[in-house]
Amino acid sequence: MNKIHMLLRVLHHAERIAARKLLVIGERHKSDHEVYHVTRDMAGWSHRHIRLLAEQGDRLGINLRDTTGRSRPLRVVRERTAELLGHRPESGLLLLRDLRKLHLDLVGLSVDWEILGQTAQGAKDDELLALTQKCHPDVLRQARWANNMIKVVSPQEMAS
Amino acid sequence: MAETSTPDRIADPWGERTPYGPGDEWPERQDTFLDGLDDGDVDRWVQTASLLHSSGDAMDIAVKSGRIAGVRGRASDRVNKGRLGPKDLYGWQANSSPDRLTRPLIRQDDGRFEEASWDTAMSLVTEKAREQLEKHGPSGIGFYTTGQLFLEEYYTLGVIARAGIGTSHLDGNTRLCTATAAAALKESFACDGQPGSYTDVDHADVIALFGHNMAETQSVLWMRVLDRLHGPNPPRLVCVDPRLTPVAKEATVHLAPLPGTNVALLNVLLHEIIEHGWYDDEYVSAHTVAFDELRTTVKQYPPERAAEICDVPAERIREAARIIGNAERLLSTVLQGIYQSNQATAAAVQVNNINIIRGMLGKPGAGILQMNGQPTAQNTREAGADGDLAGFRNWANDSHVAELAEVWNVETRQIPHYAPPTHVMQMMRYAEEGSIQFLWITGTNPAVSLPELARIREILRQRRLFVVVQDLFLTETAQLADVVLPAATWGEKTGTFTNADRTVHLSEKAVDPPGEARADLDIFLDFARRMDFRDKDGMPLVSWSNPESAFEAWKRCSAGRPCDYTGLTYQKLRGGSGIQWPCNEEHPEGTERLYENGEFFATPDYCESFGKDLLTGASVEKVEYQAQNPKGRALIRAAHYQPPHEQTSREFPFILTTGRTIYHFHTRTKTARAPQLQNAAPEVWVEMSAGDAQACGFTEGDMLEIGTPRMSVFARLRISGIRDGVVFLPFHYGYWDTESGSGPDGHGRAANELTSTDWDPVSKQPLFKMAAARIRRVEAAVVDGRTREEEAVS
Repeated sequence: MNKIHMLLRVLHHAERIAARKLLVIGERHKSDHEVYHVTRDMAGWSHRHIRLLAEQGDRLGINLRDTTGRSRPLRVVRERTAELLGHRPESGLLLLRDLRKLHLDLVGLSVDWEILGQTAQGAKDDELLALTQKCHPDVLRQARWANNMIKVVSPQEMAS
Repeated sequence: MAETSTPDRIADPWGERTPYGPGDEWPERQDTFLDGLDDGDVDRWVQTASLLHSSGDAMDIAVKSGRIAGVRGRASDRVNKGRLGPKDLYGWQANSSPDRLTRPLIRQDDGRFEEASWDTAMSLVTEKAREQLEKHGPSGIGFYTTGQLFLEEYYTLGVIARAGIGTSHLDGNTRLCTATAAAALKESFACDGQPGSYTDVDHADVIALFGHNMAETQSVLWMRVLDRLHGPNPPRLVCVDPRLTPVAKEATVHLAPLPGTNVALLNVLLHEIIEHGWYDDEYVSAHTVAFDELRTTVKQYPPERAAEICDVPAERIREAARIIGNAERLLSTVLQGIYQSNQATAAAVQVNNINIIRGMLGKPGAGILQMNGQPTAQNTREAGADGDLAGFRNWANDSHVAELAEVWNVETRQIPHYAPPTHVMQMMRYAEEGSIQFLWITGTNPAVSLPELARIREILRQRRLFVVVQDLFLTETAQLADVVLPAATWGEKTGTFTNADRTVHLSEKAVDPPGEARADLDIFLDFARRMDFRDKDGMPLVSWSNPESAFEAWKRCSAGRPCDYTGLTYQKLRGGSGIQWPCNEEHPEGTERLYENGEFFATPDYCESFGKDLLTGASVEKVEYQAQNPKGRALIRAAHYQPPHEQTSREFPFILTTGRTIYHFHTRTKTARAPQLQNAAPEVWVEMSAGDAQACGFTEGDMLEIGTPRMSVFARLRISGIRDGVVFLPFHYGYWDTESGSGPDGHGRAANELTSTDWDPVSKQPLFKMAAARIRRVEAAVVDGRTREEEAVS
C-alpha cells in the first residue's frame, strides 16, 4: 500500500506545481491575453484534481491537505511587469521558453496519471480508477494546449 | 409596378404585413425610396444587393444624371421578394457625402496628412512592404480586411497575402461578427457552410432564436417571420436574450439568462430533450458520432441548475424545451448573443446539437442558421481571407495545401500552413510586441470596433508600425494611418457577394467613384503588379485584371469544394434572383439546403477542419479525427459550463453587454451620413431595467458614467425591458463626428473603451458582451428646463 501512498503524494505534489505554474505563466504573460485566460481556466481544472486527490487521501489515510495556502503576493508584480514589457519583442521568446517547460511538466504529470490508472486496475481500486478517468483527460488537454501554443507562437518568434 | 416611395421606414421599420401560411410562397412587396424623383425621372436601374447587413436584400439602384438617386427592392429575388429595410432604403446617401476621400494621403514628418498621387502613395506602400520582407520576412506583414468588400477582392487579397507575400497574417473583421458561426459549423460538420435556408422560415413550426435580435440585425428576414406570425398556423418562437427585444416580444417563451451562461442554459435544454426522449434515435445512430459524451455531460444539467447559474426560472426553461423538443420542423438561428459571449463556440455548437440529435437538418423548415453579422462575411470565409484557406481548404491537410498550390501554380511551402492562419487579435499582439511592422487595413475601423480601444490606439500609433488604411472616409483608424488610400464602394464598382444563406448576388457599378477613389480590387491588382509577384513558372501570380476575370479565377479555386461556384457566371446572376451555392454541374440552379439525407462534408480527406478542443481551442490532430470520424458523420461535441473570466464585484456590480440598433451599421461610417438613419439614432445611450434604475435613483434621460476596469463612457439613460443586473450600450458610436476626431477627449463615447481583451479560444471572436461595470450619475435629466431634483424641491 505504501507505494500507492507514495504515488498519490507524487501526483498531489505535481498537480500543485502544475496549478501554480499555469497561474504564474499566465501572469507573466498577461499581455498575451489568450495565454492569460486559458491558463487560468486550466488552473481551475488542476485545483479540482488537487481536491479530488485529497479526498482519496482521506479515504486511504494519507494527509494530502494543502498546507501552503493560495496567497501569491507576487501576482500583481508579475502582471504589472508583463504589461510594461509587453511591447518588447523579447516577450515572445520568454513565452516560448515558459510554454516549453510547461509542456514538459504536463507530459510528466500525464505519465504519473497513467501509472496511477494502471496501478488502480492492478490493485482493483475502482475509486482510484474513476479518479484517473476524471483527471487524466484534463491533463492531456492541458499538455496539448501548451504544445499547440508552441506551434502557433514559434514561427513568429523565431523566424521573424 | 409604380415607383413611388414607401412610407417612412424609420417609425415603422418592418412596414405593412403580407401574411402567409406554412408552405406557402412569401408574397411580394416592393419597397422603393426615390429622393424627390418620380419613376419616370430615373435614367436607369442597376442591379445590386444590400451591403449594410448580412441579409442580402436584392435591390436596384436608381441612377439620375450620373448620381445615385434611390433604390427599390427586387421582387424577383428569393431573399427579400422586393422588401427593403431602413438601412437599405436610406444608407446609399452616404456614397455622395461631401467628405468622401478622393485622393491618397501620406503622413508627413510633422504628423499632418498631405495629398499625394496614386503613384507616390503606392510606391511608398510597395517600398515599405519590400523593406519589411527583407528585414523580418513574411511574418512582419499583416493584412486586416473587412466584411464589406466583394468576393473577387477577398480572393485577390488572399492570393497576394498567402502566395505572394507568404504570410499567415490575414484576417477579416468578420472575426468580430461571424467567426463563431464558422467555428461552430466546423466543429459540428467539420466544414463551414450554412446548413439552412431563409425559406425554412416558410415551413417551420418552431423558430428558436438564440442571442439573435433578428428584428434589428436582419430586418427583412424578420419581416418574413412577422408575415408567418400574422398568417394561418403561425410558428411558435423561443427567444433567448437578456433584453426584451422585438423578437422577445413576439416569442411564446422568452428566456433572459445572465450574460455568459449560454452553455449552461443550452445544456439544460439538451438535458430535457434527451431525458424526455425527444431526439431521433435512428438519425443519431445513422448519421452522428459521440452522442454518448453529450448524454453524459448534460446529465449534470437539470433545469434547477439553470435556475441557479443563468437565473432563469426552471419552469420556463422546461416549457422552452417542450416546444423545441416537440417541434416538427425546427429552425434554430444564432447570432451575437452567443458569438460574442463567454464560451462562444461551445454554446453555438450546442445549438447545432439540438438540431442534429432531433434530426432537424436538410428538410424544409428544419435547419440551422448560424448567422453572419456583415454583408460579405461569407465571402471572407470562402476566399480564405478570414483564418481559413481558400475554398474551405484544410490548412492541416497537406493534400489540400498542395491542391491550392497547384491552382495558384506556386511551391507548396510558399503557402504558410504550419499553424492556423493568424486572427486579428493575435496580429494586434504581434504588432504590440513589434514582430509585425507593416499592417494594411482595408475597409474596417478597428479604432472603434476592437475591444479595449485605448490599447488598440496605442498599438496603431506606434512609430515602428507602418499602417496603410484603405477606406471611403477618414475614419478614426484612418486618422492613425501612415498612408490612406481612397476606395470606391458599393454602386461604384462591380463584383459579387454572398449572404448568410449562401445566396450569391451580383452587384454592378452604377456610378463613378468620387475624385480619384479606386475600387479595392484595382488597388490590390496595382500592388501585385508593383510587387511583381510571380508563380513558379515566372508568370504573374495574379493573372486577372477585372472583376469578371477575378470571379472566373475564383471559380477554378472553388471547383469540387463545398462552396462550389463553377455553375455561376455574371451573366447567370444578371436579372432574376440570387443563387445559392453550391452551384455546379450537379446543381445547376444552386442548392437550397445542405446536408439532406444526413450526408456531410466531413470525411477526413475532404473536411475543412479536424476541429478544436471546445475549452482550450487546441487543434485536434488528423489521426485522431480519422479515428473518431472515419465515415464523415456529424460530430456531437459536448462542453461543460465554464464561468466568465470577468466577474461582477462590489466595485463593478453590473454586467455590460454591447450591441446594435436597426438604424446603424458597424461604426456608422455610412449610416451616420444618411440623414434619416442618423436622425433616428444620433447619439449613444445606455439601457437599464426599471428596477435597477430605481434602486440606483436614476431617471430616464440622466447622463450616466459607465465604467469598467478599462475606462468610462458617458451616455444618457433609457429605461428598457433589459433584465436586472445587465446594462446595454450600442457599439456604433466613435469619435469621427466629435471634435476630438480619432479618440476620446476626456470621457469616452465608444462602447469598446470598456470591453476587455478576451476572446473565445476556439473561434478567436472577442467577447464584447461580457464586462463588469459600475455606473454613476453625472448629470440629472432636464425636463421642461428643470431637473427632477429641482422639481422635487419646488
